[in-house]
Amino acid sequence: MMKQWQVAKRILPLLAVFSLLLSACGREDLSAMKPQGPVAQDQLDLMKLSIAIMIVVLIIVFAIAAYVLIKFRRRAGQTEVPEQVEGNFKLEVIWTAIPLLLVIILAVPTVQTIFAHGEDLTNDKNAVKVQVTSHQYWWEFTYPQYDITTAQDLIIPTGKKIAFELKTADVLHSFWVPSLAGKMDTNPDGTLNKFSFSAPNEGVYRGKCAELCGRSHAFMEFKVKAVSQESFDRWVNTMKAPAVLPEDAQLAEKFKTNCLSCHAVGDQGGPVAPNLTGIGGKESVAGILLNQREGQEEGKPVLDNMKEWLHDPQAVKPGNTMPSPKSLGLTDEEIDGIAEYLANYKLDYE
Amino acid sequence: MDWITTVDHKKIAVLYLIAGGFFFGIGGIEAILIRIQLMKPMNTFVSAQVFNELITMHGTTMIFLGVMPIIFAIMNAVVPLQIGARDVAFPFVNALGFWTFLFGGLLLNLSWIMGGAPDAGWTAYTPLSGSQYSETHGVDFYTIGLQIAGLGTLIGGINFLATIITMRAPGMSYMRMPMFTWTTFITSAIILFAFPAITVGLVLLTFDRILGANFFDVAGGGNPVLWQHIFWIFGHPEVYILILPAFGIISEVIPTFSRKRLFGYSSMVFATILIAFLGFMVWAHHMFTTGLGNVANALFSISTMLIAVPTGIKIFNWLFTMWGGQIRFTAANLFAVGFVPTFVMGGVTGVMLASAPADFQFHDTYFVVAHFHYVIVGGLVLGLFSGLHYWWPKMFGRILSESLGKWTFWTFMIGFQLTFFVQHFLGLMGMQRRIVTYLPNQDFDLLNLVSSIGAFLMGVGVIIFLVNIAITAKKPIDAPNDPWEDGRTLEWTIPSPPPEYNFKQTPLVRGIDAYWKEKMAGNKEMTPAEPVGSIHMPSATPLPFVMSVGIFIAGLGLMFSKDTFELEFMNIIFNNYIVLIIGLLITFGAMALRSLYDDHGWHIEPEDQDEKGART
Repeated sequence: MMKQWQVAKRILPLLAVFSLLLSACGREDLSAMKPQGPVAQDQLDLMKLSIAIMIVVLIIVFAIAAYVLIKFRRRAGQTEVPEQVEGNFKLEVIWTAIPLLLVIILAVPTVQTIFAHGEDLTNDKNAVKVQVTSHQYWWEFTYPQYDITTAQDLIIPTGKKIAFELKTADVLHSFWVPSLAGKMDTNPDGTLNKFSFSAPNEGVYRGKCAELCGRSHAFMEFKVKAVSQESFDRWVNTMKAPAVLPEDAQLAEKFKTNCLSCHAVGDQGGPVAPNLTGIGGKESVAGILLNQREGQEEGKPVLDNMKEWLHDPQAVKPGNTMPSPKSLGLTDEEIDGIAEYLANYKLDYE
Repeated sequence: MDWITTVDHKKIAVLYLIAGGFFFGIGGIEAILIRIQLMKPMNTFVSAQVFNELITMHGTTMIFLGVMPIIFAIMNAVVPLQIGARDVAFPFVNALGFWTFLFGGLLLNLSWIMGGAPDAGWTAYTPLSGSQYSETHGVDFYTIGLQIAGLGTLIGGINFLATIITMRAPGMSYMRMPMFTWTTFITSAIILFAFPAITVGLVLLTFDRILGANFFDVAGGGNPVLWQHIFWIFGHPEVYILILPAFGIISEVIPTFSRKRLFGYSSMVFATILIAFLGFMVWAHHMFTTGLGNVANALFSISTMLIAVPTGIKIFNWLFTMWGGQIRFTAANLFAVGFVPTFVMGGVTGVMLASAPADFQFHDTYFVVAHFHYVIVGGLVLGLFSGLHYWWPKMFGRILSESLGKWTFWTFMIGFQLTFFVQHFLGLMGMQRRIVTYLPNQDFDLLNLVSSIGAFLMGVGVIIFLVNIAITAKKPIDAPNDPWEDGRTLEWTIPSPPPEYNFKQTPLVRGIDAYWKEKMAGNKEMTPAEPVGSIHMPSATPLPFVMSVGIFIAGLGLMFSKDTFELEFMNIIFNNYIVLIIGLLITFGAMALRSLYDDHGWHIEPEDQDEKGART
């Protein structure tokens, strides 16, 4: 008993040092090592346990290796033949049993966590349901309880469990918000996936597509924005408000005929492309051009991003399916006008 | 011409080595290009399309066309010698295996100059690899090229099974076989069971793409997840096809340079078999995030973790082989010793990945990239370098320069650790794999730069190795039979390189480490198991080459059968399957020739048997 405790005493500081090392890595809104929600926290705990076990293994192996390599070098003039050892049954049993034990120590919490996280919350009345549909190369979020659809920015209330149902409209993608939870693939009909996470703290978390999905795989990013319940309710209401169209009637007409055939704003337009309601207030344009937020240096003003995107969508996200506004016959002035309109189209809910 | 018609396992080994080395070089250049692109954020060195082609071809080329043929090179060069055989069981088939591999590999790489390489990742997940989303012929080159190359691997595997079962020298029971022969045997068995899965998968994908079938198309009643199962039922055992031969090499090199017999031989054999067996039960750990459900994830987590146990047995047995020995740090042994800790690092991250909830974070990130490069480069490639330095004198009669070999080791090893160690952290910090570039300010920049610098250093290591080969090739052939002086197995009892017939008289094996046993008994050479007599040899033949050319032509014919060409003549010959049929006729014609005309081979009479026979 005493001996075991002494071993633990030696391992504990090691664990502490390693936790420190781990937590020094990466951004709070992105790193799996800085979890911002219970699911990611559980996953990190499991990682820490496995890393601790593995470091013990590594230390043992490295120590034996170092000892052997230093002690048993062939020295000059050594000619006698070393004893030819066939093996050692006791040793074999030891290094079979100990790894087996270590594996069991890791396997038990693994299985527990699998079942704890694998709970199906689809019928949970308290959960906010979100249907995630992935497209080359953007994310669509539908809230069946509220009958609203948005894209790229997933708005969730803090503290509530979010029950996801994932599917893809084309190739496989994978939905990943490292600081909140591990990833889950989006499959076509027949093999839809469900999972859930929650975010206790307000904030914006970075999400990524983690399954190779074509040329713009790297640019298929999204954001999860956790807001208070009140803000969330206001957001739901503003999403349902009637569409705001460009003030210039001519521009509004161009916008309707060219853009709203696929995109939607408020109650108008189509469902094929990302919903543009309140796009000027989102965290990014097209998921990858970050919009500058107050007090931060990162990103560019939303208007600049909007113009960059609309003038040449293929340069920003190669292979995306949006036709270039220029090829639709829009002049540079009209594109700038639409960019300005969209950049100023913000929802007031925070 | 001699090289095209040869059926000698030693020459086929050299062919495998040259072809495998060539493709390894191509895969390496692809890797360097990838690392240049990822050196800094938002880099535009290559386009997104080219990047996807590079990662796909890097993975596919390295695994199927680079390291596997080099493994086959060493197996061909060593296994018949280790078991005291004069050739493999089916020399003709051996040559056929090489030529189909080569033509499959050439076909795959032709994609670079014929309209674009495959771009759906080496895993070719559907629907991305379907004709709707990958419109060029790239993935067709992948399916058909790999199909042809895979044929060669399957043929090779069957051949080694038959060879090891039937052609061991008298006295060499299974439990007296050298460890490398054992791992070759088990590897061949895995090939026999795993390759049919990928063959079926590739056929289905080819049918979907070229003939309009619906195996993986949801709209047509198919299921894309099916591809993932088929691919990984093959793909995971493939990992063990790669690593087990490396285990075998290490199990030869470490005892030789420790002057001790392998510690725990029988538990090593048992562990190898167990790894192979478990290797078939863990494929779904590549699919934890596919959504198979809690029960499947739990079971596959546990089965995967179990593999750590036999692997651990091996590690400790190697360490205790060295314990009490007299370790010599030759270049070959440096690689073998370096292998042990590096491979352990790849192993422990493997156990971490096995924990499904944690894998939800690791999966498809740079953590996984780091893990499998630790296993494949830190494990297999170090093992191959070790084996090549070790058996080079036996294959070519010249000892590689030791000092250059050590330079290769240190540059490659340091470069490797720089490249891949930091990638663990990149993955945990949120960098997903297979991305052409990344935004700045994510703390990715420095680590990626370090990784790229490491990759260049690895490149330097490989170049030093090539220089070493070139310099050594200019030296006279003067390696003794047993250049390391502590050789333990049968290959060190015969000249370097061996004569065409390997053993003038088949040796009698009196125990494990047969040659060492004779040495300890004070004998200079093996006791022969037969009198000197006329030796039967297989005839050289161009037929394997011709058959492979036929399959190659048929593959191209199938691939372009639905295309429209500018030249009407091309339309006629491709769209009516004429090219396909001509290719198949060539192959089947050659097979008919082979079947109808008996070739009884030839004999080397005792008076022509010269110990130095192979040296021309």
